[in-house]
Amino acid sequence: MRYEAPETMEAAVALLASDDNARVLAGGTDLLVQLRADTIDPSLVVDVKKIDAMRTVTAEDGGFRVGAAVTGAELGEHEEFKSVWPGVVEALELIGSTQIQSRATMGGNLCNASPAADSVPAMIAAGAIATIEGPNGSRDIPVEDVATGPGRTSLRKGELVASFLFPEQAPRTGDAYLRFIPRTEMDIAVVGAGVCLTLDESGLCTAARVSLGAVAALALVPDEAADALMGTSVDEAALARLSEVASAAAKPIDDKRGTKEFRIQVTGVMARRAAEIALARAKGK
Amino acid sequence: MARYHVSATVNGDEVDFLCEPEQTLLDVLRDELHLTGTKEGCASGDCGACSVMLDGRLVCSCLVMGAEAGDCSIETIEGMAEGERLHPLQQKFLDYAALQCGYCTPGLLVAAKALLERSPDPTEIETRYWLAGNLCRCTGYDKIIRAVLDTAAEMRGE
Repeated sequence: MRYEAPETMEAAVALLASDDNARVLAGGTDLLVQLRADTIDPSLVVDVKKIDAMRTVTAEDGGFRVGAAVTGAELGEHEEFKSVWPGVVEALELIGSTQIQSRATMGGNLCNASPAADSVPAMIAAGAIATIEGPNGSRDIPVEDVATGPGRTSLRKGELVASFLFPEQAPRTGDAYLRFIPRTEMDIAVVGAGVCLTLDESGLCTAARVSLGAVAALALVPDEAADALMGTSVDEAALARLSEVASAAAKPIDDKRGTKEFRIQVTGVMARRAAEIALARAKGK
Repeated sequence: MARYHVSATVNGDEVDFLCEPEQTLLDVLRDELHLTGTKEGCASGDCGACSVMLDGRLVCSCLVMGAEAGDCSIETIEGMAEGERLHPLQQKFLDYAALQCGYCTPGLLVAAKALLERSPDPTEIETRYWLAGNLCRCTGYDKIIRAVLDTAAEMRGE
């Protein structure tokens, strides 16, 4: 196994394109565990942390561009980003311990492609766009189009997720992420729900995105869940409807962390409670 | 097999070492630099026994490649006492008997020191959350938490 730490995106792409069995190293909190467990055996590891653009948060067109290798600790300390996208930050900060937060990144969380990745439903709800760099240049795709199944992504040879664009937020927009785990922290989501909604001046919901994690092979983005909120004041009836359609959209498996039946029920509860938090935040802006 | 020449600062000293890409920072600290205070517990980032500071951030050294440490500043348990003089946290861990087997202790001390540098007056809840990545199977944590909070009070001059 070879280790390379290029300082430019072009060099990283060239290295990744040069080796069929190359892996990107960002925070390493999944990669090193997989190396240790011999579940992967790459011939090349490309450390992207020396590429400045992958480590910084910058303003762009009224929104934010977040480097894919920005850590949970760094994003949590970015007061401006946190005030605009508290749901994204709380999702990322739910991952692991203090030690893990020092290293773990949103790019890694997305590309590890676990169905239970906490930051992914929050990014999807926020409408984040992944900018992918590769041998043929740069392309932008919605975050929900990156993972294609557990441990699999749509990235082609030589490509890497370089950054995320969080577009300019409309006034009175709030986001939130909640997950269910059977303990207080340091666990993997049994169910996760990200909600982002926008209110007009009269308090009616004019835009909504709902994403559900850990209840299918991929994070789900059920239109009917967003539709349950659209045009409403996010009142009791709308929340009840959201809960119902979110549960109906869930396609979970049974495993040691939760039964299928339990996950389906909790999906509705998490979606509803996340929507209530997002609503309060939207009203506060 | 490729070996990488790495220069870093460990506990304030410039060090050079050769490592293979398969070696973690934990392997390098213990096997190449013979700093065996840092312990291997789970080797998967769950237990915190291998906690060190890397460029001012608390990390599990089992989840960092040795080759990644180039030009980095690393602080380990060996840098905590000043000569024979224990760090206040070390003394309080003794006073409170905040350890039994001691295997988790270096990691807990490094993690607790990082907490107090960032937050000199932490609440109990904050302390428990901060240290949640450091597992101790002996003490039940209570003595550890009390030792950390009492150290914080002492360091604030209370």
